[in-house]
Amino acid sequence: MKKFWSMALSSILVAASLAGCGAGKENAGSSADSGPVTLNAIFMKQAGYSEDDITAITKEFMSKNPNIKVNTTFVPYEALEQKILTGAPNGGYDVVLIDAPWTAKFAKAGIVQEVTDKLPEADRQDIFAGALDAVSYEGKLYGLPWLNDTKFLFYNKEMLKKAGFSNPPKTWDELMAQAKVIKEKGIVEYPIVWSWKQAEALSCDFTTLSETFGGKLVRDGKPTLTDEGNQKALDFMVQSLKDGISNPKSTEFLEEDVRGVFSSGKAAFALNWTYMYNLANDKTQSQVAGQVGIAPSPGQGSVVSASVNGGMGVALAKGSKHPEEAWKYMEYLSSKEVQKKYAKNALPIWKSLYDDKDVIATNPEVVAASKVQYNYLANRPQVPWYGSLSTELQVSIQQALLGQKSTKDALAELQQKAEELANK
Amino acid sequence: MKRKLSDAQFAWLIIAPSVVIVFGIVLYPLFETFLYSLKDLDLSAGSLGDYVWLHNYLEILSDGDFWASAGRTAYFAAVSISLELILGTLIALLLNEEIKGKTFLRSIIIIPWAVPTIVNGAMWKWIYHSEYGALNALLTQLHLIDHYHSWLNSPWMAMNMVIIADVWKMTPLVTIFLLASLQLVNKSVYEAAMVDGAGMIRRFFTLTLPYLKPTLLVIIVMRTMETFKVFDIIYAITQGGPANGTMVLTYQAYLKAFSNLQYSQGATISYLIGMMIALLTYGYVKMLKRGEAA
Amino acid sequence: MRSKPFRLLQYAFALCVAVFTLAPFAWLVISSVSYQKDLTTTPLKWIPDNLTFERYRDIFTNPDNEMAYAFKMAMINSFTVASTVTVIALIVGGLAAYAISRYRFRFREKLVYLFLFTYMIPSVVIVIPLYLLFSEMQMLDSKMTLVLLDLTFVIPFVIWVMQSYFDSISKEFDEAAAVDGCSRLQTLWYVVFPIVRPGIIATGILAFLLAWDEFFFSLLFTSSLEAKTISVAIAEFSGKNAVDYGMIATGGVLASIPPLLIAIVFQRYLVRGMVAGGIKE
Repeated sequence: MKKFWSMALSSILVAASLAGCGAGKENAGSSADSGPVTLNAIFMKQAGYSEDDITAITKEFMSKNPNIKVNTTFVPYEALEQKILTGAPNGGYDVVLIDAPWTAKFAKAGIVQEVTDKLPEADRQDIFAGALDAVSYEGKLYGLPWLNDTKFLFYNKEMLKKAGFSNPPKTWDELMAQAKVIKEKGIVEYPIVWSWKQAEALSCDFTTLSETFGGKLVRDGKPTLTDEGNQKALDFMVQSLKDGISNPKSTEFLEEDVRGVFSSGKAAFALNWTYMYNLANDKTQSQVAGQVGIAPSPGQGSVVSASVNGGMGVALAKGSKHPEEAWKYMEYLSSKEVQKKYAKNALPIWKSLYDDKDVIATNPEVVAASKVQYNYLANRPQVPWYGSLSTELQVSIQQALLGQKSTKDALAELQQKAEELANK
Repeated sequence: MKRKLSDAQFAWLIIAPSVVIVFGIVLYPLFETFLYSLKDLDLSAGSLGDYVWLHNYLEILSDGDFWASAGRTAYFAAVSISLELILGTLIALLLNEEIKGKTFLRSIIIIPWAVPTIVNGAMWKWIYHSEYGALNALLTQLHLIDHYHSWLNSPWMAMNMVIIADVWKMTPLVTIFLLASLQLVNKSVYEAAMVDGAGMIRRFFTLTLPYLKPTLLVIIVMRTMETFKVFDIIYAITQGGPANGTMVLTYQAYLKAFSNLQYSQGATISYLIGMMIALLTYGYVKMLKRGEAA
Repeated sequence: MRSKPFRLLQYAFALCVAVFTLAPFAWLVISSVSYQKDLTTTPLKWIPDNLTFERYRDIFTNPDNEMAYAFKMAMINSFTVASTVTVIALIVGGLAAYAISRYRFRFREKLVYLFLFTYMIPSVVIVIPLYLLFSEMQMLDSKMTLVLLDLTFVIPFVIWVMQSYFDSISKEFDEAAAVDGCSRLQTLWYVVFPIVRPGIIATGILAFLLAWDEFFFSLLFTSSLEAKTISVAIAEFSGKNAVDYGMIATGGVLASIPPLLIAIVFQRYLVRGMVAGGIKE
């Protein structure tokens, strides 16, 4: 009996110390199936097509191509980039979803394959230029456009009417003028709300404003942050905070906070991604349902409009062992047929579909605004060092917004840091 | 025949699983990280690791941002440890007295410590909320402020707000430790001092404090190690912002490695954090030893 | 005796301590059972007119509410990981602590310091190669991986604390047992184990709390509900600044319940265990 106990104890020990190793090998084995070709694809969970949509599209694809099997993985957007960077080079994935600001880096690091020759010229003509830009680097194509997104100007129709305006502003000057009236009439304390937290959201808004005021963050691969346009954009931001036009809490807000403030009727204007339209019009989540208007982001001077390019594409991973089949799957994902059928959650990349009755019917106001806005997209700098630039940019812009540094100093310092990054 | 193994062999046999698991998982990456810090592994620049030797260290040590983060980390450590020690000592002294409700206080005091760090962070973030936060509501209703403030919207203020959250959670630990040593105090010494007419404050500084000194030093060592690698609570409340106001070292290393994919830079900062902690610990241990010898 | 003003001061201080200790968490609990519209009114009402337990019901029963479902799965993951870690760490680390406490062998001192050293290494120092390694082995996002990672600091912790418990038992027990013809493992199981049981409970509780509170590894190594822990789920929803504050509060309360229960029920053990671990040289 005593012996039994000592045996039992030691076997538990052995089992416990070995348990860790076994699990890993099992997992590793499952990806090497034989028989029909198996593809691994990675997508994100939020925004655009839903998980159910993508699963359904993939099923349709597999039934049309019985010799191809596609495994899909869904991760939160926040984890997507890391997953791709660590998984794609060793053949972990064949098809990966990539966001616009990553394209340059992925292309340079050799994580995704160039596909310039695979996309027919006729198709290229019918796709919005911005959508193509999202997957381009140095004039070459590194993926197929798939998801369109950008930030629109949202406005509260009732508030504008109360202030005596019948149309949303077309320029930032006009917006400021309307906002001043709205503030003076006491309709809301702070007419416009932004997502200016130290996060990528701030880089997006700064890209939008910089482009609208005629600036560029990077020209020909060289940082140009002290540009007149950038200076004007930053001055505009700081001034709007000083005048009490912009909500002072904007510097701690992300997109979801902007939605919260706008939905509770505490702002007349907001800049946000497409997704806010449906949610701000949803009675269960919003007190301003039915009053929400959507318009292209305002322009300024000779610039009609500009808004950050939030497009995403599907790319072919370098490590893929079945590039032919993977391309077929990618083509199917972004085909007109599929994009039309699933237009409810994500608007197509194809210009011609914007005149399609069924597509318009999904959301007339959004389609109308999108049709215009997608012709005026501002790309975040398409350089491999964009990630680090964005980190620095967020800090410098915030220092100016919080009054720790003058706009001039903040941009000058940012320029210096950016030059170091560019020369690495 | 009964004992085939020598004592030492048996000892090694039952230690082996711990050694395999712990060192098997820790030592390899510890070494590997060191190698990374000597290379230029940077996925965002597409460079996959040539040796650059001390270049990363020199670059980071001459980088103002690194020293700014180090300064913030030191501020966080110094302020939160001081507050925790002062409050912890006061509360421990209180709980060591004969007061009504002592048992109740003793059992609730542990609550903050048991709340998981991330929950603690999310909780305070909600309390500090600039539109609906309880802190704003409380201070407004007490007429201490006339409109709602953004507590996390200025760099210095945000850091102090994070410190409050940390102090709330960690003071109980300090209290428990000090209370445990206070209960071992020899009461007769105090009585003698009282007869001598020593005032309360004098008694505290001449008797209690020297008595608590070793425990206090242990707490300082532990908390210094923890505060120098602070990450969770920053992640939960401010994520390093605003304008880098709460950017501490570990968070910077995390961002470099896992957000910008500059593995070598992240590795270098990590090693520098490790070295700082080692240096501080060494200093404290020396102090401890000297204290004991005296 | 103490003077009266001093007494008053003491009670005032005691009251402050009680309020500051309880109020923040109480507010979290209240938030979790308040309607969203009551939470977002100004001036804020501290005690809501109506209570709702819908969020708690959602977490336990509603798989369609994304956030509630995520919290439920993450709670289960946290439980699985923390209890597995506790059991393995107690067995593996307990044995090692026993050996270190009872036997004299070469490198014994060095080994003790080495374990202590690994406990002190900041996770950030080892995490990059581990991340790349596990990603290559396709072991990211798995509970097993998390267990292994947590063990790297929980085992040293167990060794550290348990060693002092073993040290506190006289060696004579072992020797007497050996005379009776017990093998070493039998001695451990029949003689030593029952004596140190309180120590094992205390250490086990602390190990569980350590694993339950772990965040850094979980944040980096998990991405889906397959292995995501409750801390990560809460951080994710709170970080996105989701507008549903009540739900985050509910998740927070639920995540705090296991450690709180443990801390209150086993308070005496816990304090002893903490002191044993901390005041040691």
